[in-house]
Amino acid sequence: MKYAWYPGCSAEGNSFAYDETSRMIAEALGIEFQEIDDWNCCGATEYFSVNQLPAYALVARNLALINAEETPQVIAPCSACYINLKKTDEKMAKYEQLNTEVNVALAAGNLSYEPGAVKSRHFLDVVCNDVGYEAVKEKMTQSLAGLTLVPYYGCYMGRPEDNFDHPERPQTMDTLLKTLGADVPDYSLKTICCGGHMTQLSAEASLRILRHLLEGANQLNADAMVVGCPMCQLNLDAYQKDVNSAYKTNYQIPIVYFSQVMGLAFGMDPETLMFERGIVSSKAMLEKWLTAEPASKKRRRREKRDKNALPMPKQLES
Amino acid sequence: MTLEPNSVYEKIITELPDGEKLKSCLQCGNCTGSCPSATDMDYAPRGLFALIAAGQDEKVLRANTFWYCVSCYQCTVRCPQEIPITDIMYHLKHQAIEKGLYTTDAKDFSGTFIGMVEHFGRSFELGLAAGFHLLHHPLESVKMAPMALGMMSRGRLKLLPKRIKNMGQLRAILDKAKEIGA
Ligand code: SF4
Ligand code: SF4
Repeated sequence: MKYAWYPGCSAEGNSFAYDETSRMIAEALGIEFQEIDDWNCCGATEYFSVNQLPAYALVARNLALINAEETPQVIAPCSACYINLKKTDEKMAKYEQLNTEVNVALAAGNLSYEPGAVKSRHFLDVVCNDVGYEAVKEKMTQSLAGLTLVPYYGCYMGRPEDNFDHPERPQTMDTLLKTLGADVPDYSLKTICCGGHMTQLSAEASLRILRHLLEGANQLNADAMVVGCPMCQLNLDAYQKDVNSAYKTNYQIPIVYFSQVMGLAFGMDPETLMFERGIVSSKAMLEKWLTAEPASKKRRRREKRDKNALPMPKQLES
Repeated sequence: MTLEPNSVYEKIITELPDGEKLKSCLQCGNCTGSCPSATDMDYAPRGLFALIAAGQDEKVLRANTFWYCVSCYQCTVRCPQEIPITDIMYHLKHQAIEKGLYTTDAKDFSGTFIGMVEHFGRSFELGLAAGFHLLHHPLESVKMAPMALGMMSRGRLKLLPKRIKNMGQLRAILDKAKEIGA
Protein backbone atom coordinates (compact mmCIF):
# COMPACT_ATOMS: atom_id res chain seq x y z
CA MET A 1 0.00 0.00 0.00
CA LYS A 2 1.06 3.56 -0.61
CA TYR A 3 1.09 6.05 2.27
CA ALA A 4 1.33 9.78 2.63
CA TRP A 5 4.42 10.88 4.57
CA TYR A 6 4.50 13.69 7.13
CA PRO A 7 8.15 14.24 8.14
CA GLY A 8 7.54 16.84 10.87
CA CYS A 9 9.75 19.81 11.70
CA SER A 10 12.42 17.94 13.61
CA ALA A 11 13.19 15.90 10.47
CA GLU A 12 14.82 19.03 9.07
CA GLY A 13 17.33 19.34 11.86
CA ASN A 14 17.33 17.57 15.18
CA SER A 15 16.14 14.18 13.93
CA PHE A 16 17.64 14.20 10.47
CA ALA A 17 19.11 10.75 11.17
CA TYR A 18 15.67 9.36 11.98
CA ASP A 19 14.09 10.77 8.84
CA GLU A 20 16.90 9.57 6.62
CA THR A 21 17.14 6.05 8.07
CA SER A 22 13.35 5.69 8.12
CA ARG A 23 13.32 6.37 4.39
CA MET A 24 16.06 3.75 3.92
CA ILE A 25 14.13 1.17 5.95
CA ALA A 26 10.88 1.98 4.19
CA GLU A 27 12.54 1.43 0.84
CA ALA A 28 14.05 -1.87 1.94
CA LEU A 29 10.66 -3.07 3.17
CA GLY A 30 8.80 -1.89 0.08
CA ILE A 31 6.78 0.78 1.92
CA GLU A 32 5.88 3.31 -0.73
CA PHE A 33 5.11 6.84 0.30
CA GLN A 34 4.49 10.33 -0.91
CA GLU A 35 5.65 13.29 1.16
CA ILE A 36 2.83 15.80 1.72
CA ASP A 37 3.60 18.77 -0.49
CA ASP A 38 4.16 21.96 1.54
CA TRP A 39 3.21 20.42 4.89
CA ASN A 40 3.27 22.69 7.93
CA CYS A 41 4.16 22.26 11.62
CA CYS A 42 1.70 20.19 13.70
CA GLY A 43 1.89 22.72 16.54
CA ALA A 44 3.48 20.20 18.92
CA THR A 45 2.08 20.56 22.43
CA GLU A 46 2.28 24.35 22.37
CA TYR A 47 -0.36 25.38 19.95
CA PHE A 48 -3.17 23.40 21.56
CA SER A 49 -2.45 24.93 24.90
CA VAL A 50 -3.02 28.47 23.82
CA ASN A 51 -5.76 28.36 21.28
CA GLN A 52 -7.75 25.31 20.38
CA LEU A 53 -9.43 26.17 17.10
CA PRO A 54 -6.36 27.53 15.27
CA ALA A 55 -4.47 24.49 16.59
CA TYR A 56 -6.94 22.11 14.99
CA ALA A 57 -6.98 24.19 11.79
CA LEU A 58 -3.18 24.15 11.66
CA VAL A 59 -3.09 20.35 11.80
CA ALA A 60 -6.09 19.96 9.52
CA ARG A 61 -4.34 21.83 6.72
CA ASN A 62 -1.91 18.91 6.50
CA LEU A 63 -4.71 16.38 6.34
CA ALA A 64 -6.49 18.48 3.72
CA LEU A 65 -3.36 18.57 1.53
CA ILE A 66 -3.36 14.78 1.27
CA ASN A 67 -5.04 13.16 -1.69
CA ALA A 68 -7.10 10.73 0.38
CA GLU A 69 -8.04 8.56 -2.57
CA GLU A 70 -4.47 7.90 -3.51
CA THR A 71 -3.11 7.65 0.04
CA PRO A 72 -5.80 7.07 2.68
CA GLN A 73 -3.18 6.72 5.42
CA VAL A 74 -0.47 9.09 6.55
CA ILE A 75 2.73 8.04 8.31
CA ALA A 76 4.35 10.28 10.90
CA PRO A 77 7.70 9.18 12.31
CA CYS A 78 7.40 11.58 15.27
CA SER A 79 5.07 10.56 18.11
CA ALA A 80 3.90 14.13 18.74
CA CYS A 81 3.06 14.67 15.06
CA TYR A 82 1.31 11.31 15.01
CA ILE A 83 -0.85 12.14 17.99
CA ASN A 84 -1.77 15.60 16.72
CA LEU A 85 -2.81 14.34 13.29
CA LYS A 86 -4.80 11.54 14.88
CA LYS A 87 -6.40 13.72 17.54
CA THR A 88 -7.50 16.32 15.01
CA ASP A 89 -9.08 13.74 12.73
CA GLU A 90 -10.85 11.98 15.60
CA LYS A 91 -12.12 15.09 17.35
CA MET A 92 -13.44 16.50 14.09
CA ALA A 93 -15.30 13.24 13.54
CA LYS A 94 -16.67 13.26 17.08
CA TYR A 95 -17.64 16.92 17.47
CA GLU A 96 -19.80 18.32 14.71
CA GLN A 97 -19.28 21.94 15.71
CA LEU A 98 -15.51 21.58 15.68
CA ASN A 99 -15.69 19.95 12.27
CA THR A 100 -17.77 22.81 10.90
CA GLU A 101 -15.53 25.49 12.37
CA VAL A 102 -12.30 23.89 11.21
CA ASN A 103 -13.72 23.58 7.73
CA VAL A 104 -14.79 27.22 7.69
CA ALA A 105 -11.20 28.10 8.54
CA LEU A 106 -9.81 25.74 5.90
CA ALA A 107 -12.15 27.25 3.32
CA ALA A 108 -10.33 30.56 3.79
CA GLY A 109 -7.40 28.76 2.18
CA ASN A 110 -9.55 26.96 -0.40
CA LEU A 111 -9.18 23.64 1.38
CA SER A 112 -11.53 21.22 3.05
CA TYR A 113 -11.18 18.03 5.04
CA GLU A 114 -13.69 15.33 5.74
CA PRO A 115 -12.91 13.60 9.05
CA GLY A 116 -12.14 9.92 8.67
CA ALA A 117 -10.70 10.37 5.17
CA VAL A 118 -7.08 9.95 6.23
CA LYS A 119 -5.92 7.59 8.96
CA SER A 120 -2.82 8.62 10.93
CA ARG A 121 -0.19 6.00 11.58
CA HIS A 122 3.08 6.00 13.47
CA PHE A 123 5.98 4.67 11.42
CA LEU A 124 6.72 2.00 14.03
CA ASP A 125 3.12 0.78 13.76
CA VAL A 126 3.36 0.48 9.98
CA VAL A 127 6.67 -1.40 10.15
CA CYS A 128 5.47 -3.85 12.81
CA ASN A 129 1.81 -4.30 11.94
CA ASP A 130 1.47 -3.66 8.21
CA VAL A 131 4.81 -4.98 7.02
CA GLY A 132 5.05 -7.40 9.94
CA TYR A 133 7.81 -9.13 11.89
CA GLU A 134 8.08 -12.01 9.45
CA ALA A 135 8.84 -9.71 6.54
CA VAL A 136 11.35 -7.84 8.71
CA LYS A 137 13.04 -11.14 9.52
CA GLU A 138 13.32 -11.95 5.82
CA LYS A 139 15.21 -8.73 5.17
CA MET A 140 17.74 -9.40 7.91
CA THR A 141 21.25 -10.30 6.90
CA GLN A 142 22.72 -10.26 10.40
CA SER A 143 21.47 -10.63 13.92
CA LEU A 144 21.83 -8.02 16.66
CA ALA A 145 22.69 -10.79 19.11
CA GLY A 146 25.09 -9.64 21.79
CA LEU A 147 23.45 -6.25 22.21
CA THR A 148 21.15 -5.34 25.07
CA LEU A 149 18.67 -2.88 23.63
CA VAL A 150 16.21 -1.18 25.95
CA PRO A 151 13.00 -0.11 24.19
CA TYR A 152 11.61 3.23 25.28
CA TYR A 153 8.17 4.24 23.97
CA GLY A 154 7.43 7.50 25.75
CA CYS A 155 3.89 8.83 25.87
CA TYR A 156 2.08 8.86 22.60
CA MET A 157 2.44 5.40 21.13
CA GLY A 158 -0.16 4.14 23.56
CA ARG A 159 -1.86 7.24 24.94
CA PRO A 160 -4.35 8.82 25.23
CA GLU A 161 -6.62 6.25 23.59
CA ASP A 162 -6.98 3.77 20.76
CA ASN A 163 -3.40 4.15 19.64
CA PHE A 164 -1.47 1.27 18.18
CA ASP A 165 -0.14 -0.11 21.43
CA HIS A 166 -1.05 -0.47 25.10
CA PRO A 167 -0.89 2.76 27.17
CA GLU A 168 1.20 1.20 29.94
CA ARG A 169 2.60 -2.11 28.68
CA PRO A 170 3.36 -1.70 24.98
CA GLN A 171 5.11 -4.56 23.19
CA THR A 172 5.54 -3.50 19.54
CA MET A 173 9.14 -2.36 19.82
CA ASP A 174 10.07 -5.17 22.24
CA THR A 175 8.96 -7.71 19.64
CA LEU A 176 10.69 -5.85 16.82
CA LEU A 177 14.02 -5.73 18.65
CA LYS A 178 13.72 -9.38 19.66
CA THR A 179 13.04 -10.22 16.02
CA LEU A 180 16.29 -8.46 15.17
CA GLY A 181 18.03 -10.81 17.61
CA ALA A 182 18.85 -8.35 20.40
CA ASP A 183 18.51 -9.01 24.11
CA VAL A 184 15.47 -7.00 25.15
CA PRO A 185 14.96 -6.61 28.90
CA ASP A 186 11.59 -5.72 30.35
CA TYR A 187 12.00 -1.99 30.99
CA SER A 188 9.37 -0.98 33.49
CA LEU A 189 9.77 2.74 32.73
CA LYS A 190 9.17 2.42 29.02
CA THR A 191 6.07 4.61 28.90
CA ILE A 192 7.09 7.21 31.47
CA CYS A 193 7.28 10.65 29.87
CA CYS A 194 10.69 12.06 28.84
CA GLY A 195 9.63 15.48 30.08
CA GLY A 196 8.77 16.89 26.66
CA HIS A 197 9.48 20.58 26.48
CA MET A 198 10.16 20.77 30.23
CA THR A 199 13.86 21.25 29.46
CA GLN A 200 13.02 24.79 28.38
CA LEU A 201 11.05 25.64 31.49
CA SER A 202 12.70 23.94 34.41
CA ALA A 203 16.09 22.28 34.24
CA GLU A 204 15.58 20.78 37.69
CA ALA A 205 12.29 19.10 36.86
CA SER A 206 13.42 17.77 33.51
CA LEU A 207 16.77 16.44 34.71
CA ARG A 208 15.05 14.59 37.53
CA ILE A 209 12.72 12.88 35.05
CA LEU A 210 15.57 12.05 32.67
CA ARG A 211 17.80 10.72 35.39
CA HIS A 212 15.08 8.33 36.47
CA LEU A 213 14.79 6.93 32.93
CA LEU A 214 18.54 6.67 32.38
CA GLU A 215 19.12 4.99 35.75
CA GLY A 216 16.47 2.40 34.91
CA ALA A 217 18.11 1.60 31.57
CA ASN A 218 21.55 1.57 33.16
CA GLN A 219 20.46 -1.03 35.71
CA LEU A 220 19.48 -3.24 32.80
CA ASN A 221 22.99 -2.87 31.31
CA ALA A 222 21.64 -1.15 28.24
CA ASP A 223 24.05 -0.92 25.33
CA ALA A 224 21.56 1.58 23.92
CA MET A 225 18.05 2.87 24.47
CA VAL A 226 15.90 2.58 21.36
CA VAL A 227 13.29 5.23 20.60
CA GLY A 228 10.74 6.18 17.96
CA CYS A 229 10.31 9.88 18.68
CA PRO A 230 12.64 12.85 18.05
CA MET A 231 11.67 14.51 21.32
CA CYS A 232 12.46 11.44 23.42
CA GLN A 233 15.75 11.10 21.56
CA LEU A 234 16.67 14.73 22.03
CA ASN A 235 15.93 14.84 25.73
CA LEU A 236 17.69 11.63 26.67
CA ASP A 237 20.65 12.27 24.37
CA ALA A 238 21.40 15.98 24.43
CA TYR A 239 20.78 16.41 28.16
CA GLN A 240 22.46 13.21 29.34
CA LYS A 241 25.61 15.17 30.11
CA ASP A 242 23.61 17.63 32.20
CA VAL A 243 22.05 14.77 34.11
CA ASN A 244 25.54 13.44 34.76
CA SER A 245 26.81 16.72 36.12
CA ALA A 246 23.69 17.40 38.18
CA TYR A 247 23.59 13.96 39.79
CA LYS A 248 27.29 13.00 39.66
CA THR A 249 26.44 10.01 37.53
CA ASN A 250 28.30 8.76 34.50
CA TYR A 251 25.71 7.47 32.09
CA GLN A 252 26.98 6.87 28.56
CA ILE A 253 23.90 5.38 26.99
CA PRO A 254 23.49 6.05 23.28
CA ILE A 255 19.90 6.90 22.32
CA VAL A 256 19.20 5.47 18.90
CA TYR A 257 16.19 5.21 16.63
CA PHE A 258 14.65 1.83 15.87
CA SER A 259 15.21 2.57 12.18
CA GLN A 260 18.96 2.84 12.79
CA VAL A 261 19.28 -0.55 14.48
CA MET A 262 17.02 -2.10 11.85
CA GLY A 263 19.50 -0.80 9.29
CA LEU A 264 22.30 -2.64 11.09
CA ALA A 265 20.38 -5.90 10.98
CA PHE A 266 19.58 -5.30 7.31
CA GLY A 267 23.28 -5.15 6.60
CA MET A 268 23.43 -1.44 5.83
CA ASP A 269 26.77 0.26 6.38
CA PRO A 270 26.80 1.71 9.94
CA GLU A 271 28.30 4.91 8.47
CA THR A 272 25.19 5.56 6.39
CA LEU A 273 23.00 5.02 9.46
CA MET A 274 24.24 8.27 11.02
CA PHE A 275 24.93 7.04 14.53
CA GLU A 276 27.47 9.85 14.83
CA ARG A 277 24.63 12.37 14.94
CA GLY A 278 24.00 11.35 18.52
CA ILE A 279 25.56 13.49 21.23
CA VAL A 280 26.30 10.39 23.29
CA SER A 281 28.61 8.25 21.19
CA SER A 282 27.37 4.91 19.84
CA LYS A 283 30.92 3.75 19.23
CA ALA A 284 31.11 1.33 22.15
CA MET A 285 27.79 -0.22 21.18
CA LEU A 286 28.85 -0.68 17.56
CA GLU A 287 32.22 -2.13 18.53
CA LYS A 288 30.62 -4.53 20.94
CA TRP A 289 28.26 -5.70 18.26
CA LEU A 290 30.94 -6.04 15.59
CA THR A 291 33.21 -8.06 17.85
CA ALA A 292 30.54 -10.19 19.53
CA GLU A 293 31.48 -13.86 19.24
CA PRO A 294 28.66 -16.26 18.54
CA ALA A 295 29.71 -18.28 21.61
CA SER A 296 29.62 -15.31 23.95
CA LYS A 297 26.17 -14.48 22.64
CA LYS A 298 24.97 -17.85 23.76
CA ARG A 299 26.42 -17.46 27.22
CA ARG A 300 24.75 -14.10 27.57
CA ARG A 301 21.42 -15.66 26.73
CA ARG A 302 21.71 -18.32 29.39
CA GLU A 303 22.39 -15.68 32.01
CA LYS A 304 18.99 -14.13 31.48
CA ARG A 305 16.83 -13.95 34.56
CA ASP A 306 13.79 -16.07 35.28
CA LYS A 307 11.15 -15.46 32.62
CA ASN A 308 8.31 -15.64 35.10
CA ALA A 309 9.70 -13.05 37.49
CA LEU A 310 8.13 -9.60 37.58
CA PRO A 311 10.30 -6.66 36.52
CA MET A 312 11.81 -5.24 39.67
CA PRO A 313 13.78 -2.01 39.31
CA LYS A 314 16.14 -1.26 42.17
CA GLN A 315 15.44 1.73 44.40
CA LEU A 316 17.23 4.89 43.39
CA GLU A 317 19.71 6.19 45.90
CA SER A 318 18.96 9.83 46.37
CA MET B 1 -25.19 22.42 41.84
CA THR B 2 -25.21 25.78 40.12
CA LEU B 3 -21.98 27.12 38.82
CA GLU B 4 -20.77 30.66 39.07
CA PRO B 5 -20.98 32.02 35.51
CA ASN B 6 -17.54 32.65 34.04
CA SER B 7 -15.83 30.73 36.80
CA VAL B 8 -12.95 28.43 35.91
CA TYR B 9 -15.20 25.46 36.66
CA GLU B 10 -18.04 26.72 34.50
CA LYS B 11 -15.75 27.49 31.58
CA ILE B 12 -14.22 24.01 31.62
CA ILE B 13 -17.65 22.45 31.68
CA THR B 14 -19.18 24.58 28.95
CA GLU B 15 -16.21 25.17 26.65
CA LEU B 16 -14.28 21.92 26.70
CA PRO B 17 -15.57 18.76 25.01
CA ASP B 18 -16.28 16.24 27.81
CA GLY B 19 -15.39 18.96 30.32
CA GLU B 20 -18.54 18.19 32.31
CA LYS B 21 -16.90 14.95 33.42
CA LEU B 22 -14.86 17.02 35.85
CA LYS B 23 -18.00 17.11 38.03
CA SER B 24 -17.55 13.41 38.66
CA CYS B 25 -14.02 13.72 40.11
CA LEU B 26 -13.67 11.35 43.06
CA GLN B 27 -10.57 13.02 44.48
CA CYS B 28 -8.97 9.59 44.34
CA GLY B 29 -5.53 10.92 43.48
CA ASN B 30 -4.73 8.52 40.66
CA CYS B 31 -3.84 11.49 38.50
CA THR B 32 -1.41 12.98 40.98
CA GLY B 33 0.14 9.61 41.69
CA SER B 34 0.79 9.14 37.97
CA CYS B 35 2.05 12.60 37.15
CA PRO B 36 5.79 12.88 36.38
CA SER B 37 5.72 16.59 37.17
CA ALA B 38 3.70 16.42 40.38
CA THR B 39 6.62 17.15 42.69
CA ASP B 40 7.32 20.41 40.90
CA MET B 41 3.75 21.62 40.78
CA ASP B 42 2.23 24.13 43.23
CA TYR B 43 -0.83 21.88 43.29
CA ALA B 44 -0.79 18.49 41.63
CA PRO B 45 -3.84 17.64 39.49
CA ARG B 46 -6.07 16.21 42.25
CA GLY B 47 -5.43 19.19 44.50
CA LEU B 48 -6.00 21.60 41.66
CA PHE B 49 -9.37 20.02 40.93
CA ALA B 50 -10.35 20.42 44.56
CA LEU B 51 -9.50 24.13 44.32
CA ILE B 52 -11.51 24.44 41.11
CA ALA B 53 -14.54 22.83 42.75
CA ALA B 54 -14.11 25.17 45.72
CA GLY B 55 -14.14 28.19 43.41
CA GLN B 56 -10.60 29.30 44.28
CA ASP B 57 -10.14 30.62 40.76
CA GLU B 58 -7.31 33.02 41.35
CA LYS B 59 -5.23 30.39 43.14
CA VAL B 60 -5.97 27.98 40.34
CA LEU B 61 -5.02 30.29 37.50
CA ARG B 62 -1.86 31.52 39.21
CA ALA B 63 -0.66 27.97 39.85
CA ASN B 64 2.24 26.63 37.84
CA THR B 65 0.49 23.27 37.52
CA PHE B 66 -0.65 23.40 33.90
CA TRP B 67 2.58 25.07 32.77
CA TYR B 68 4.47 22.16 34.26
CA CYS B 69 2.18 19.66 32.61
CA VAL B 70 4.12 17.84 29.91
CA SER B 71 0.99 16.48 28.16
CA CYS B 72 1.91 12.87 28.79
CA TYR B 73 -1.70 11.66 29.25
CA GLN B 74 -0.65 9.32 32.06
CA CYS B 75 -3.31 10.83 34.33
CA THR B 76 -5.94 10.69 31.61
CA VAL B 77 -5.54 6.98 30.93
CA ARG B 78 -5.57 6.18 34.64
CA CYS B 79 -8.49 8.35 35.77
CA PRO B 80 -11.34 6.04 36.78
CA GLN B 81 -13.87 8.71 35.79
CA GLU B 82 -12.42 9.24 32.30
CA ILE B 83 -11.94 12.93 32.96
CA PRO B 84 -9.97 14.52 30.07
CA ILE B 85 -7.34 15.82 32.49
CA THR B 86 -4.67 16.68 29.92
CA ASP B 87 -7.17 18.68 27.88
CA ILE B 88 -8.23 20.46 31.07
CA MET B 89 -4.58 21.44 31.58
CA TYR B 90 -4.52 22.89 28.06
CA HIS B 91 -7.73 24.73 28.76
CA LEU B 92 -6.39 26.18 32.01
CA LYS B 93 -3.37 27.60 30.17
CA HIS B 94 -5.79 29.21 27.81
CA GLN B 95 -7.84 30.63 30.69
CA ALA B 96 -4.76 31.93 32.50
CA ILE B 97 -3.56 33.73 29.39
CA GLU B 98 -7.03 35.13 28.78
CA LYS B 99 -7.15 36.59 32.28
CA GLY B 100 -3.56 37.77 32.18
CA LEU B 101 -2.69 35.58 35.16
CA TYR B 102 0.43 33.64 34.62
CA THR B 103 3.61 33.51 36.56
CA THR B 104 6.11 31.58 34.54
CA ASP B 105 8.22 31.87 31.47
CA ALA B 106 6.23 29.11 29.90
CA LYS B 107 3.71 31.39 28.27
CA ASP B 108 6.59 33.19 26.60
CA PHE B 109 7.89 29.93 25.37
CA SER B 110 4.53 28.91 23.94
CA GLY B 111 4.22 32.36 22.40
CA THR B 112 7.64 32.17 20.78
CA PHE B 113 6.88 28.78 19.40
CA ILE B 114 3.56 29.87 18.00
CA GLY B 115 5.14 32.99 16.54
CA MET B 116 7.56 30.77 14.66
CA VAL B 117 4.79 28.61 13.30
CA GLU B 118 2.73 31.60 12.26
CA HIS B 119 5.70 33.16 10.54
CA PHE B 120 7.30 30.19 8.87
CA GLY B 121 4.68 27.45 8.93
CA ARG B 122 7.34 25.29 10.53
CA SER B 123 9.05 25.34 13.89
CA PHE B 124 12.51 24.96 15.31
CA GLU B 125 12.73 21.70 17.17
CA LEU B 126 10.51 21.67 20.16
CA GLY B 127 12.52 20.63 23.14
CA LEU B 128 15.59 22.34 21.84
CA ALA B 129 16.15 24.89 24.52
CA ALA B 130 19.08 26.38 22.66
CA GLY B 131 16.95 27.89 19.93
CA PHE B 132 14.56 29.43 22.42
CA HIS B 133 17.20 30.66 24.79
CA LEU B 134 19.53 32.05 22.18
CA LEU B 135 16.70 34.11 20.78
CA HIS B 136 15.14 35.22 24.03
CA HIS B 137 17.50 34.81 26.94
CA PRO B 138 21.00 35.45 25.62
CA LEU B 139 22.36 35.27 29.18
CA GLU B 140 20.74 31.94 29.93
CA SER B 141 22.14 30.68 26.70
CA VAL B 142 25.65 30.71 28.14
CA LYS B 143 24.60 27.67 30.11
CA MET B 144 23.15 26.15 26.97
CA ALA B 145 26.19 26.81 24.83
CA PRO B 146 28.01 23.46 25.15
CA MET B 147 24.86 21.55 24.30
CA ALA B 148 24.07 23.89 21.43
CA LEU B 149 27.57 23.50 20.01
CA GLY B 150 27.31 19.74 20.22
CA MET B 151 24.02 19.82 18.38
CA MET B 152 25.32 22.27 15.81
CA SER B 153 28.44 20.30 15.03
CA ARG B 154 26.23 17.31 14.33
CA GLY B 155 24.03 19.30 12.00
CA ARG B 156 21.06 19.02 14.35
CA LEU B 157 20.45 22.61 15.37
CA LYS B 158 18.99 25.36 13.29
CA LEU B 159 17.98 28.68 14.74
CA LEU B 160 15.31 29.36 12.19
CA PRO B 161 12.99 26.95 10.45
CA LYS B 162 12.39 26.69 6.72
CA ARG B 163 9.44 28.66 5.43
CA ILE B 164 6.64 26.79 3.71
CA LYS B 165 5.73 27.81 0.14
CA ASN B 166 2.12 28.72 0.65
CA MET B 167 2.40 30.82 3.79
CA GLY B 168 -0.45 33.03 2.56
CA GLN B 169 -2.84 30.12 2.59
CA LEU B 170 -1.81 28.99 6.08
CA ARG B 171 -2.16 32.52 7.42
CA ALA B 172 -5.63 32.90 5.93
CA ILE B 173 -6.68 29.64 7.60
CA LEU B 174 -5.26 30.61 10.99
CA ASP B 175 -6.73 34.12 10.84
CA LYS B 176 -10.13 32.70 10.07
CA ALA B 177 -9.82 30.16 12.89
CA LYS B 178 -8.88 32.90 15.34
CA GLU B 179 -11.80 35.00 14.19
CA ILE B 180 -14.33 32.19 14.76
CA GLY B 181 -12.62 30.91 17.88
CA ALA B 182 -12.53 34.29 19.60
S1 SF4 C 1 -7.81 10.45 38.79
FE1 SF4 C 1 -9.70 11.38 38.00
S2 SF4 C 1 -11.23 11.02 39.60
FE2 SF4 C 1 -9.22 10.64 40.52
S3 SF4 C 1 -8.65 12.63 41.48
FE3 SF4 C 1 -7.76 12.60 39.42
S4 SF4 C 1 -9.30 13.59 38.13
FE4 SF4 C 1 -10.33 13.03 40.02
S1 SF4 D 1 -0.68 14.97 31.33
FE1 SF4 D 1 0.10 16.63 32.60
S2 SF4 D 1 -1.08 16.51 34.50
FE2 SF4 D 1 -1.37 14.57 33.43
S3 SF4 D 1 0.18 13.20 34.31
FE3 SF4 D 1 1.07 14.12 32.45
S4 SF4 D 1 2.16 15.95 33.21
FE4 SF4 D 1 0.76 15.30 34.84
